[in-house]
Amino acid sequence: MTTIARTPRRVSTVGRFGRWFRTTGWRHVIAVVLCLFALLPITYVVSASLNPTGTLTGSNQLFKTVGLDSYQRLLTSDQFPFMTWFKNSLIVGLTTAVLSVFLGALAAYAFSRMRFSGRRTGLLTIVLIQMFPQLLAVVAIFLLLGQIGAIFPSIGLNTHAGLIMVYLGAALGVNTYLMYGFFNTVPVAIDEAAKIDGAGHARIFFRIILRLVAPILAVVALLSFIGSMNDFVIASVVLVDPEQQTLAVGLYRMVSNPNYADWSAFAAGAVMASVPVVVLFLFLQKYIVGGLTAGAVK
Amino acid sequence: MNTLLTARKSDRVEFGSAGRVGPLVLKIVLLATLDAALLFAISVLLGRGNYGALALVAVGGLAINWVYLSKRTLPAKYLTPGLTFLAIFQVFIILYTVYIAFTNYSTGHILNKSQAIEALLSQSQSRVPDSAEYPVTIVEVGGDLGMLVTAPDGTAMLGTAADPLETVDASMSDGKAVSTEGATSLTFAEVLQRQEEIFALAVPVSDDPNDGSLRTLDGRNAYQYTSNLVYDEEADTLTNTDTGVVYTDGGHGAFVAEDGTEILPGWQVNVGFENFQRAFSEDSIRGPLVYVTAWTFVFAFLSMILTFGLGLFVALVLSHPRMRGLRFYRIIMVLPYAFPAFLGAMVWSGMLSTSFGFVNQVLLGGASIPWLTDPTLAKVAVLTVNLWLGFPYMFLVSMGALQSIPEEVTEAATTDGASPWQLFRRIKLPLLLVSMAPILISTFAFNFNNFNVIYLVTGGGPRDTSAGIPVGHTDILISMVYKVAFTGQQRDYGLASAFSIIIFVLVAVISIISFRRTRSLEDIH
Repeated sequence: MTTIARTPRRVSTVGRFGRWFRTTGWRHVIAVVLCLFALLPITYVVSASLNPTGTLTGSNQLFKTVGLDSYQRLLTSDQFPFMTWFKNSLIVGLTTAVLSVFLGALAAYAFSRMRFSGRRTGLLTIVLIQMFPQLLAVVAIFLLLGQIGAIFPSIGLNTHAGLIMVYLGAALGVNTYLMYGFFNTVPVAIDEAAKIDGAGHARIFFRIILRLVAPILAVVALLSFIGSMNDFVIASVVLVDPEQQTLAVGLYRMVSNPNYADWSAFAAGAVMASVPVVVLFLFLQKYIVGGLTAGAVK
Repeated sequence: MNTLLTARKSDRVEFGSAGRVGPLVLKIVLLATLDAALLFAISVLLGRGNYGALALVAVGGLAINWVYLSKRTLPAKYLTPGLTFLAIFQVFIILYTVYIAFTNYSTGHILNKSQAIEALLSQSQSRVPDSAEYPVTIVEVGGDLGMLVTAPDGTAMLGTAADPLETVDASMSDGKAVSTEGATSLTFAEVLQRQEEIFALAVPVSDDPNDGSLRTLDGRNAYQYTSNLVYDEEADTLTNTDTGVVYTDGGHGAFVAEDGTEILPGWQVNVGFENFQRAFSEDSIRGPLVYVTAWTFVFAFLSMILTFGLGLFVALVLSHPRMRGLRFYRIIMVLPYAFPAFLGAMVWSGMLSTSFGFVNQVLLGGASIPWLTDPTLAKVAVLTVNLWLGFPYMFLVSMGALQSIPEEVTEAATTDGASPWQLFRRIKLPLLLVSMAPILISTFAFNFNNFNVIYLVTGGGPRDTSAGIPVGHTDILISMVYKVAFTGQQRDYGLASAFSIIIFVLVAVISIISFRRTRSLEDIH
């Protein structure tokens, strides 16, 4: 009672600030500190990429000198074919994304729309298999691709096709369940109407269902793209030749010893490699977060 | 009316599947291409005598054809493409890992036995003292260097490193074969240019590796070279003709002398549980295996708790009805999650460098704290980096989970006089844990095998010099597998696969437990 009576009298700026601080102000302080933590490496890498000199020490003073020299140095480097790595990552990432979505959608359609024996067991098995990520068997992948390559060199070790095939092995495990749930939200009545009009199962799938589930296709494609972009283990084992490597493997080779590496050229590469991903991510944030909460983890 | 009817009718014709040829043609073309590739693979496998793989390819191919040609296999038509890849690159590789774990597959044991014998006999060859002189013309056959030689009896013979000498028809000049069909003779200038390749060239005399090979030192005359090892097929022994030492097949994929010295290359054999035995009984391997396993659990658990803790904390701090700038904070804090994780890890690795890194030089004013080279600090470093990478995700999901808690629940608790802490501890957190349980478990599982953060930040280091395998103090199981198999001088695929199987078992146990746990949690609420 007394506090309420007293407050109006102390309408000083200090009091107002104190009240603001107690309700939301301290929240802003914490938020700003964490934003700094979140931004630190990103600011640092942008600053380092604009620093012309190159060494790790030279990159420590943020935005002291600004120039695009290291970008130019990287793009014209003979030792590190950055554009080739970029292209390789795009080829591998996009192909994997499109094919994973397609394989996953085919399977989700069957699980969602058809009734067959072993359907429930099949779904459950796929979810269980997902618990064992492929990288655990990286040795076997390496040796198996070596043997496939002895018969078909174009899909063996050191080829993009071989790497994509490996990634596709994980397509069902990761995506089917997510897509299955979404397929179930499309009313079966739509299929039935089309069936009465004489459409076969393939036409219903390609012409009707695929268009109605487009949002989940986009999410799965993006997650799969980011997943293959981020993969280091399998890509580094499968792709031997620098000309074949992806960004993750190539950039790692660039800074395998950070103290002696051309650090600003690496930073320039990191900025160029991450901009498309970050933009895409922020653009599609809403969908991704929805998809993530459904169970997929980066 | 009339037009409407016809329109509907034509629609129906277009919609019907019976009259459409396009898809059918496409299907036939795709299936035929696949079959052609499979038949080629079968013929190659037949030639190599690899009947196990042949059977798998044949059965798989027949099954795919049956699925797409039969009318009763509709669901399978949709499942087969994905399942095929799943079967090969997810299920088969696990079985293959098990197989490799029971072999001695490693550097020095990659070939099969006959290849190994051939390789041994082509090593350490020396010139036969009374070798006849073979005038030679260096030729190129299908891109490979070869020798066109004239035997002492005047017949011309052609061979390359891969194909032993065979008699050919050649045009002669001065009693020396100079050219033959299907091979391009090198000019003198070309011989000079490629002399190193020519010195290294060894053409087998016959199919029997004991006969040795022809080598040349000047590109004009070749001499017969044989190994000082002789292979006796009957007794399955190698004898060194210089020292008289007899090497026998020791049963471990290599020829061994009586005093225990092995000669390499050896070959692949099944070694039973030997890799597992080594992992559990050799001190220099068991020690690292134990602490790496322990650290894997600690790392995965702490990563989960820390990211969840910070993410939830941020979500709680920011969720206040009068809080402004929420969208702004959200975009900034989600950046580490949007930034490709492998790059984040590499950037941190540079920032944490002891003598030149940003953290020591700028943030700590020139300190020289060994973030990446001290066993304990390196662990702190990888956890911090993983916290940076992981908290935005936890923030996003906790924010969503907090918002989904009904308003009435919190209101009711406040009316009953609950303090903010009680409200959080007794009401929000339990509700949150139920909806977050699957996410926490999958985060744990993900970090259990979070190769990138470990390998790209510290490389698993600092290296443990007392260990018998390349392993360091921040290595988790999966990075240890990678290092044992692919780095270091001795690539030990067998031992690495044995480690992989240990991880399989651990992951299976964790999944079973967590599956039971989530079910019991769901039962309660």
